[in-house]
Amino acid sequence: MNETPAGDYSPEEFLICTVARLLDDASVRHVAVGAASPIPGSAALLLRAANGDRPRVSLIHGKATNPFTDGAREIFDCAGQGRIDVFFLGGVQIDGEANINLVGTGEYPNVDKRFPGSFGSAFMYFVVPRVILFRPEHSRRVFVPKVDFVSAPGWSPPDVRRPGGPKFLVTELCVMTFDASRRRFRLESVTPGHTLEEVRDNTGFDFDVAENAGETPPPEADRLELLRLRVGSEIADTYPEFARRVFGAAA
Amino acid sequence: MTPTTVDALAEQIPDGALLALPPAYGYVPTALIHALIRRGARDLRLLCVPIGGIAVDLLIGAGCVAEVEAAAVSLAEAGPAPAFTRAVEQGRVRMRDTTCPAVHSALQATEKGVPFMPLGGVIGSDIERHRDDWRVVDDPMDAGGGRILLVPAIQPDFALIHGVVADRDGNVWIGRRREMVTMAHAAKTTLATVERMQDESLLADEASAAATLPGLYMGGIAEAPRGALPQGLADHYAPDAAAIADYARMAKTEDGFRSYLEAHVLAPAADAAAHVLASAADAAE
Repeated sequence: MNETPAGDYSPEEFLICTVARLLDDASVRHVAVGAASPIPGSAALLLRAANGDRPRVSLIHGKATNPFTDGAREIFDCAGQGRIDVFFLGGVQIDGEANINLVGTGEYPNVDKRFPGSFGSAFMYFVVPRVILFRPEHSRRVFVPKVDFVSAPGWSPPDVRRPGGPKFLVTELCVMTFDASRRRFRLESVTPGHTLEEVRDNTGFDFDVAENAGETPPPEADRLELLRLRVGSEIADTYPEFARRVFGAAA
Repeated sequence: MTPTTVDALAEQIPDGALLALPPAYGYVPTALIHALIRRGARDLRLLCVPIGGIAVDLLIGAGCVAEVEAAAVSLAEAGPAPAFTRAVEQGRVRMRDTTCPAVHSALQATEKGVPFMPLGGVIGSDIERHRDDWRVVDDPMDAGGGRILLVPAIQPDFALIHGVVADRDGNVWIGRRREMVTMAHAAKTTLATVERMQDESLLADEASAAATLPGLYMGGIAEAPRGALPQGLADHYAPDAAAIADYARMAKTEDGFRSYLEAHVLAPAADAAAHVLASAADAAE
């Protein structure tokens, strides 16, 4: 088991508890988690464990946690109908208008550095009402003035049907909200031990700051315990390497 | 349907063919991919349904591929797909970027015999801007949808899949991984490797029939026990994470990739065993 003393926590545990708080809302009935997202997946499972049985959590690359029986298309059909309330996306680059790039840096198609690709982002970003952008690395390499390739745009003109979009951004340094009508991020809280200046220095775009912006709360003791005792082994079904590293858990 | 060998299946696939391949979490026909590399296939066009893994990376690194259409290619927890990354950065394969539901929709159009399918979202992305085969139109039904994307139907020449079991009529049990059903419905024909053959019809029992791909779509079947490895196969075996991690490490260099190919693909004991079993099944017919 985890050797971290009580009151202390790892950066992963801090992020998991931070993300879980953003899901804790009565309108969130179903959280879906896509490829390569162990921290968001753990956050959703943590909230479910804390609340008893809400929200429904679907980890699409898992087995015990994957409810879909109609192949890889079902999650998208489900999302298109509004049956998924929260989804997570990341980005090699993210800009100030919440455009995300999962394809590569440099001039497309002859990119300098190629990344795996856009996955389902170009669809999910439009249809899921509460998309949480999750990108731990907070640097000017990631948070750029303008992305080199738009895998999915952060906002759309009125003649494009778009019930969904970005609502939050979570990084190792801060939590921000996104206002699609103003096409701007707003800083809501800063990770303990870090400062607003540090966030500005490491962000390549301008953003607003909430009047009451303070520190992001540390993990709640009861949730930390739940995380270590229960969620670690649950997430191991989908992310065995992550579970071993962070929780010392086996599938 | 008389089962054949994995290498004979690979011989049915001509250079330049458009192949639909299942994702890493599906049932990946790794043994057949190895056989395609051994036969020296060239100029293949790959449609990843909707993302590619180690099988796609191997085909690209071995020089079999001219073009890839995928929503992503990666080795998941083992990191980036090294041969794919190298080939795209060096411009050695043509990459057609797409997004997961666009692949599914394009295959569903072919399933239904219609020329295109509308899809929500996507408008305003650079994926759409770079796809000259896609169209954005005003909602023709005036149903309040605004502008909408149309993606053309895709008909692969072959769908390549791995199944758990096939019967003598060529029906193949694929469990809940139903993207393989869509692939088979849309492709001109499907080539399947399976863990084993059985005499009893999979359609005789309602529970197995519901998860079975009918033989009418099949162009060839070969037995390949543990034929998805190093990818996993649902309840039957787990992915070999250590082998995939080894590949991820070795394939970072061209030399390392060649070493992996020589050790695991070009002279593979496991694949050779699969051929012997398939031949025995042929002899028993």
